Amino acid sequence: MSNEHYAIEMLHITKRFPGIVANDDITLQLKPGEIHALLGENGAGKSTLMSVLFGLYQPEEGIIKKDGVEVTIRNPNDATALHIGMVHQHFKLVECFSVLDNIILGIEPTKAGFLRKAEAREKVMALSEKYGLHVDPDALIEDITVGMQQRTEILKMLYRDNEILIFDEPTAVLTPQEIDELMEIMRGLAREGKSILFISHKLNEIMSVADRCSVLRKGKYIGTVEVANTTKEELSRMMVGRDVEFVVHKDPAQPTDVVLDVEDITVASKMHSNNAVKNVSFKVRRGEIVCIAGIDGNGQTELVYGLTGLEPLKSGKVIMNGEDITKAPIRKRSVMGMSHIPEDRHKHGLVLDYPLEYNLVLQRYFEPEFTKCGFLRKANIRSYAERLIEQYDVRSGQGPITMARSMSGGNQQKAIVAREIDKNPELLIAVQPTRGLDVGAIEYIHKQIVAHRDSGKAVLLVSLELEEVMSLSDRILVMYEGEIVGELDPKTTTVEELGLYMAGAKRMEVQ
Amino acid sequence: MKQRTPLLRKNGFQTILSSLLCIILGLLVGYLVLLVINAEGAWNAIIDVLKNFMKYPSGAARMKYLGSTLVKTAPLIMCSLSVLFAYKVGLFNIGAAGQYVIGAAAGLYCALMPGLPWYVCLLAAVAAGAISGAICGVLRAYCNVNVVISGIMLNWISLYATNLILKPGMDPTGKDTFRLVKEHKDSILPTLGLDKLFSNNQYVTIAIPIAIIVAIVIWIILDKTKFGYELKATGNNLNAAKYCGMKENRNIILTMVISGALAGLGAALFYLSDIEQWNVNSSSVPAMGFNGIAAAFLGGLNPIGAIFSSFFIQHITLGGGNVDLSHYCAQIADFISAVIIYLCGFVLFFKSVINRFLDKRDEKRIQREKAANAEATEKGGNK
Repeated sequence: MSNEHYAIEMLHITKRFPGIVANDDITLQLKPGEIHALLGENGAGKSTLMSVLFGLYQPEEGIIKKDGVEVTIRNPNDATALHIGMVHQHFKLVECFSVLDNIILGIEPTKAGFLRKAEAREKVMALSEKYGLHVDPDALIEDITVGMQQRTEILKMLYRDNEILIFDEPTAVLTPQEIDELMEIMRGLAREGKSILFISHKLNEIMSVADRCSVLRKGKYIGTVEVANTTKEELSRMMVGRDVEFVVHKDPAQPTDVVLDVEDITVASKMHSNNAVKNVSFKVRRGEIVCIAGIDGNGQTELVYGLTGLEPLKSGKVIMNGEDITKAPIRKRSVMGMSHIPEDRHKHGLVLDYPLEYNLVLQRYFEPEFTKCGFLRKANIRSYAERLIEQYDVRSGQGPITMARSMSGGNQQKAIVAREIDKNPELLIAVQPTRGLDVGAIEYIHKQIVAHRDSGKAVLLVSLELEEVMSLSDRILVMYEGEIVGELDPKTTTVEELGLYMAGAKRMEVQ
Repeated sequence: MKQRTPLLRKNGFQTILSSLLCIILGLLVGYLVLLVINAEGAWNAIIDVLKNFMKYPSGAARMKYLGSTLVKTAPLIMCSLSVLFAYKVGLFNIGAAGQYVIGAAAGLYCALMPGLPWYVCLLAAVAAGAISGAICGVLRAYCNVNVVISGIMLNWISLYATNLILKPGMDPTGKDTFRLVKEHKDSILPTLGLDKLFSNNQYVTIAIPIAIIVAIVIWIILDKTKFGYELKATGNNLNAAKYCGMKENRNIILTMVISGALAGLGAALFYLSDIEQWNVNSSSVPAMGFNGIAAAFLGGLNPIGAIFSSFFIQHITLGGGNVDLSHYCAQIADFISAVIIYLCGFVLFFKSVINRFLDKRDEKRIQREKAANAEATEKGGNK
């Protein structure tokens, strides 16, 4: 064991934050040329550990070794000097610069103060060729796809001759096709001798691409396993600490009255002059989960904005429980029993500089339980927040008074889901409700959504995850270019057929 | 879960400590500047600045000048409340200076021309400030114009408009407006006997208690009410406010209306006490509104803190007038108080310094404890 060679070793790392031990005696050893997955729930300490490796945090205890030699990493510059590179979950690119400019940013080759871009271009193109990272060097970042932006980030690391590449949840933002491509790229990089740390909580991806996998749980090191000798079930047990069910158990739906009746609605697009949603009609009944499936950017976002009142409709009608709410203000819709788990939790879902407890009453603060004669009833807010935190297992450093900003993404999402479901809405509009969550939390939220359906309420789910669409919904509506192009029954359809509709290769007349 | 936070970690205590650090640093830098200019008189000068009204030997005189300091503190409290109220809602109301000026115009106009009673003048000033704030608010809400830009522009418009409006009320013997005490006694704020407390300082009026009461009201609004909850949510995240059904545009406009009203009231509290008159040829916006920014930050963006920070700022500003002019040029007084006020803005910086220091100390303590524990177990094992 001791004579084995490691590219990077993090030995007995401990990092504390006020109220929480984010990393408790964690050891991570990365072999040269391997893809090493780092698996853990939301808030398990993965990002903290990587920030320590990248020099953003200093650990209280433990040492880091590179090629067997102890090193100190005080800041990201030190990390770069040690040839450690990182692709962050949210890319660090200059939007209005070209791909090439972004890659060379910070280490531009110059002569007498003048840029020598031709030289840089050659090197970038050579790297791009070698690793199959297709980019257009002259395109602006703001014009290219997320997948190409990610390839730009990878090229940035390679251009700096990095040997150790960290990928922080790289697939969260990609389409299924792009994910496959990325996996191929990662394998290629490993073949060329690069060592890859792959942070993820998606078990399928880890099983398909990683050599070994280290698991963290609640800041503690659980163990490292050879991926070839393990199963998805074992990994999830290590991560969550109990058995996890991957299949959503639910009885057949028994739809009754119509709750939401959407008639021929059209919503303008902010991106282009074309309408984002074109003459869409559908109904959602009590006791069923209707899912809008589709590839990102086919009008789902605007459809939800139109239904919830965030954007005005160009034409058409929205009727909820028999009442026309086409022009109703957002607050009225909410009071009538519409809940909305928004797509973008930072943009809409949370007031980041408010404590958790204030965020948990964001939809209900005006109710008599929380406000009396214009004054907030803080004791009631506190006890309500404590109940939700307990019930939905929202983890944070200081409980109800934790600033939302300082919570991990998964726990922020859990807080929003808790708030919206606990309102016991007539209609729950859930957009990507499990985005960025680990399997344990996904299981829990899926159960909550099914339970909500079973209590006789209506659910409209918008999801990009095919697995979620297939397992959770009772009826699937496929959206393509702003129109509903198919209505499918998840029990009789296949993922492949669904894919054909989503890609616009197939369509049926709906209604 | 329920741990007692150590005193040093408490937010309120940290704010007070940082504010004190700012003051000390400001005085130190001010002292250094005096040393450089003229080493001989530096110590006396800085003591003079600090002493302000305390330089008078008799108790009665001290009380009288303390009263004058307080009279000038009241409008500053209002300006700093105006700034901090908007700031809590995510708007930087640099236009408080202009709203203050337009408040002065409305208040003095009502006092000088028709000679209306003081409460009408007060309300007129509040209304004028509110309208001026509303302009910025409407521009921000519906045209997405930054309130800093519209505020600065309005500062100048307000200044010259005020000169125009008050010109007819100019005392022909000078360049200022008439002294109210000569012309319209009814327009002066009542003293309610407060002047007696301060050695018959006639300028001590109900302005001071009004300012303190308003500060407390603002604190309650921001911290305790549904209205404050909505405003702060809107300030922090406009989209989230919209998402949960708050009327986000109304909140922005209302914030600026209240912010402007506070600044306008500040002007009325100042000019209707008759301690100073408006110079109808003035070509610079009075510093009161800008000092409100410093006072707001020095007070840790807390309405109650604003009371004390405003007093301190007026204290050293007036104290600056005591500097011995045989050693220094006349501008030194303003310069020294400006340096100190400037450094008052560093409260947030000092807060982060304190936190970093505490983090380091805690780390060390935990390590020491660990080492001690390890030693203890080792010894135990040996036995």
